[in-house]
Amino acid sequence: MNIPIYLDNNATTPMDPRVLEAMIPYFTQKFGNAASRNHPFGWVAEEAVDYAREQVAKLIGASEKEIIFTSGATESDNLAIKGVFEMYKEKGNHIITTVTEHKAVLDACKHVEKMGGKVTYLPVQEDGLLDLALLEAAMTNETILVSVMYGNNEIGVIQPIKEIAAIAHKYGALFMTDAVQAVGKIPVDVNKDGIDLLALSAHKFYGPKGVGALYVRRKGPRVKVTAQMDGGGHERGMRSGTLNVPGIVGLGKAAELCMLEMESEAKRLSALRDKLQAGLTVLEESYVNGNVEHRLPHVANISFKYVEGEGLMMAMKDLAVSSGSACTSASLEPSYVLKSLGLSDDLAHSSIRFGLGRFTTEEEVDYAIEVTKTAVTNLRNMSPLWEMFKEGIDLDSIEWAEH
Amino acid sequence: MAYSDKVIDHYTNPRNVGTLDKSSHKVGTGLVGAPECGDVMRLQIEVGDDNIITDAKFKTFGCGSAIASSSLATEWLKGKTIDDAMKIDNMDIVEELALPPVKIHCSVLAEDAIKAAINDFRVKNGMEAIESEKAHH
Ligand SMILES: Cc1ncc(COP(=O)(O)O)c(C=O)c1O
Ligand code: FES
Repeated sequence: MNIPIYLDNNATTPMDPRVLEAMIPYFTQKFGNAASRNHPFGWVAEEAVDYAREQVAKLIGASEKEIIFTSGATESDNLAIKGVFEMYKEKGNHIITTVTEHKAVLDACKHVEKMGGKVTYLPVQEDGLLDLALLEAAMTNETILVSVMYGNNEIGVIQPIKEIAAIAHKYGALFMTDAVQAVGKIPVDVNKDGIDLLALSAHKFYGPKGVGALYVRRKGPRVKVTAQMDGGGHERGMRSGTLNVPGIVGLGKAAELCMLEMESEAKRLSALRDKLQAGLTVLEESYVNGNVEHRLPHVANISFKYVEGEGLMMAMKDLAVSSGSACTSASLEPSYVLKSLGLSDDLAHSSIRFGLGRFTTEEEVDYAIEVTKTAVTNLRNMSPLWEMFKEGIDLDSIEWAEH
Repeated sequence: MAYSDKVIDHYTNPRNVGTLDKSSHKVGTGLVGAPECGDVMRLQIEVGDDNIITDAKFKTFGCGSAIASSSLATEWLKGKTIDDAMKIDNMDIVEELALPPVKIHCSVLAEDAIKAAINDFRVKNGMEAIESEKAHH
């Protein structure tokens, strides 16, 4: 067992050595530009890109012509939202999304607002799920796009994608999903789910960083997005720029491996995650955040009341995890995702996200349970709030100084 | 961001964690911060004759830097008169612990806690509370 133990697989994943192996030739011998049509170097690169396109398409049930390679999901989210807004201006100017989206979606929506668009940011319920009635009530004739993430990066909650897509379509809008956390972890099928645009990123499923894709539906309906960068007109004119061939090869290989291993991995990881969660919620005053049934198999977000997340992570230094605590963020604001669940600030500050992955072992999980329990217990012994809680003092009755 | 060795030292071996008898007239208690802000610090001093601080204890809910700041504060308090203790400046803590700019407010909290504890003691013992200018945020 190597220390520290990596349990932050929602932030990024280590690359699978099999992915690296597939990529290596494309840095040196097979270095051609996939757009070079006139010599074998270009052909070899193009062939590799085409193959990767098939591998990625297969993973999400798409056709290879519907895959646009990008530099990652931030770009894919931007391209989808701004690109749809520009392309479908004539039809309407209203976009609907939720407050728990990733910043790449939220900030792209803010940009759309600056360009004169209207955006509705729907709240979520206490368990993180979107209320479908609320969505339906927000739909208007002007609505061109509904963008709701597949699985949440902080709490792992999986939205009812199929139902959301159906509502969007009923009102003639397109449906886009940021599926960064779901792709490769659980079955995602653009046709079964009714997805028109989908963002994914290689580094979240054991591929390289800096490469991703946007799925853009070609049939029923044929969707188009306005390019956000001007240039050589690559990727069917939607995304210019010389293709990152080694990265794309890695993305393809990573997709293929997930396709093969996802089912057994999901089982293994949810069993490990459940063990971790059970091992930690024996601690008094610990709370699992978000819906536990509709949840990605490898994520558990737990608040340990009366201890602060960053202090806790410091005590768990053998574990690499993350926290929604304000102390960890540059803005000194606690996680907006946890707050949007209606979690009180103190619980948001006390949260730890455990993200298991392909290389997580049971031994590591056992160790993580012990380390976390000890850290929580030690820090509670140091916490004035814990002491007050134990004395039966109602913390809400205290007049805290403004700060 | 990596922590300084001194922060890690105070964090892993916190000095003077604990609770003094709040009801004793010799004890001053400062409770500052707020759970919503993610940081609450309780600092207590026990004051002997000649107004010299004989003991100091803390409990902190907060990040590693906040815990280290309060631990350091209790060390510095012991043996000082309450007047000298009043002069402890948060920037001294920042310097000693090599806190980065985003963690300066954790030291401010410690300074506020010291002042609050001293004033609690003063008021309990018939002295006036000392209004001091705000620490450097
Ligand atoms: C849900 C979600 N969307 C988008 C992104 C951004 O992806 P990338 O790092 O590929 O730009 C992330 C990763 O941080 C994410 O978790
Ligand atoms: S207590 Fe929040 S950053 Fe130190």
